[in-house]
Amino acid sequence: MDSHQPLSDAQAGTATADREMIRFDKVVKRFGDNVVLNELDFTVSPGEFVTLIGPSGSGKTTILRLLMTLEKVDGGTIQVDGEYLSHMERGGKLVPADEKHLRKVRRHIGMVFQQFNLFPNMKVLQNITEAPMRVLGKSRAEAEERGRELLEMVGLSEKVDAHPSQLSGGQQQRVAIARALAMEPDVLLLDEVTSALDPELVAGVLAVLKDIATSTEITFLCVTHEMQFAKDVSDRVIMFDHGQVVEEAVPEKLFTSPEHERTREFLHAVIDREV
Amino acid sequence: MNWDWDYAIDSLPLLFQGIVVTVELTVLGALLAYALGLVLALVRQVRVPVLSQLVYLFVEFIRSTPLLIQVFAFYYLLQPALGLRLSPFVTGFVMLGIHYATYTSEVYRAGIDAVPKGQWEAARALSLPRGRVWTGVILPQAVPRVLPSLGNYTISMFKETPLLLAIGVLDVLNRAQEAASETFRYVEPVTLAGVFFLLVSYPASILVRKLERRAGTV
Repeated sequence: MDSHQPLSDAQAGTATADREMIRFDKVVKRFGDNVVLNELDFTVSPGEFVTLIGPSGSGKTTILRLLMTLEKVDGGTIQVDGEYLSHMERGGKLVPADEKHLRKVRRHIGMVFQQFNLFPNMKVLQNITEAPMRVLGKSRAEAEERGRELLEMVGLSEKVDAHPSQLSGGQQQRVAIARALAMEPDVLLLDEVTSALDPELVAGVLAVLKDIATSTEITFLCVTHEMQFAKDVSDRVIMFDHGQVVEEAVPEKLFTSPEHERTREFLHAVIDREV
Repeated sequence: MNWDWDYAIDSLPLLFQGIVVTVELTVLGALLAYALGLVLALVRQVRVPVLSQLVYLFVEFIRSTPLLIQVFAFYYLLQPALGLRLSPFVTGFVMLGIHYATYTSEVYRAGIDAVPKGQWEAARALSLPRGRVWTGVILPQAVPRVLPSLGNYTISMFKETPLLLAIGVLDVLNRAQEAASETFRYVEPVTLAGVFFLLVSYPASILVRKLERRAGTV
């Protein structure tokens, strides 16, 4: 995507080959007594496509929700492109981020949800133009032009004036992808985006995502149960269990010769289910 | 008991004046109840510190006491104490509006709660400003859902206007009483007033049921 831009000039100036787009440092997340993430460390490089796999309850979706600031961390820090997400620096010390800071950092992150979450009171095009106009300050003409381009990209040009309720699940999800892209994110979070779809609609959505992943510099963090898709598009796959990284590797290696017994068990279970 | 048509027809002009007052009270009271109820609901939903708790107490207080006593207290006790002199009519619709705002605020609250959590999350993921999340996403989904409930409360309000006689507002039923007090014939004017309420309330409740079927919720 040509409109893709780094966070700011200052940061672009310091960018190096080992720049990190996402960095988790000893991140802890609890829900009541249940420790979902236990001092989790991991990093993602700019433009990388990283898939998180693991049994349900292993904390994959929580990682995405923390990045989207839909949840708060209970310990540790998260950085996005060198900037603290969950915290901010004030007088040389790290303090929990306030709403203003969250808004600023969050703007560089987009998310596509399992349940699409389109706004049912808005037509398709308005779903896409709403945030660019209200948040990025684009003119209506500008936002609508870009919106139509994005709809064409996801193969839904003819649905510009439709209401979300008139679309199939797969179409709604493709609109949701276009809506997230309209905000020109540096990072796109995909939270089980095909899990709520009828099987015959999954392929269309995955094809669109694959297309975007290969044609843009967006950094992807993806939680999915579509192992074939993960194999096709991922630069790296991370296996989680109990809020910890079990192992990580390029997909060819992780899917064919995983090092850990836990990963083998999990892959067996998932692939058996697919067959 | 016999029905005197001539007398019934004679009492119509007076009743008509009452009908106008009843309709005005209901419309103004309802508009106030819709608007104030939304404000009360938002103050509580956004959790404005202190104000939110005060609104909670206010809503509970108004809902647990009869409208008649509130009207009475406001007109004969509170207004003189505050040095206010509102006419019975203005007092009437303001009290109707405030009383029913405490009910409509609960209705809005239910409507807001019924908007799926994913809508909030999507709005947050797009960094939409908080005000716009309310006006662009949440309320346009919450309000249509609660229209039937608002309609029901409007009908209740309409039927409660006669109790404003306590402060001398002459709505349709009170006009009927007035007509009767001169002749000691109550049957005709009071019956006609009742027929009027029925003619308005029944079609209105059918309309509300239609709305309910369309909204399919709450």
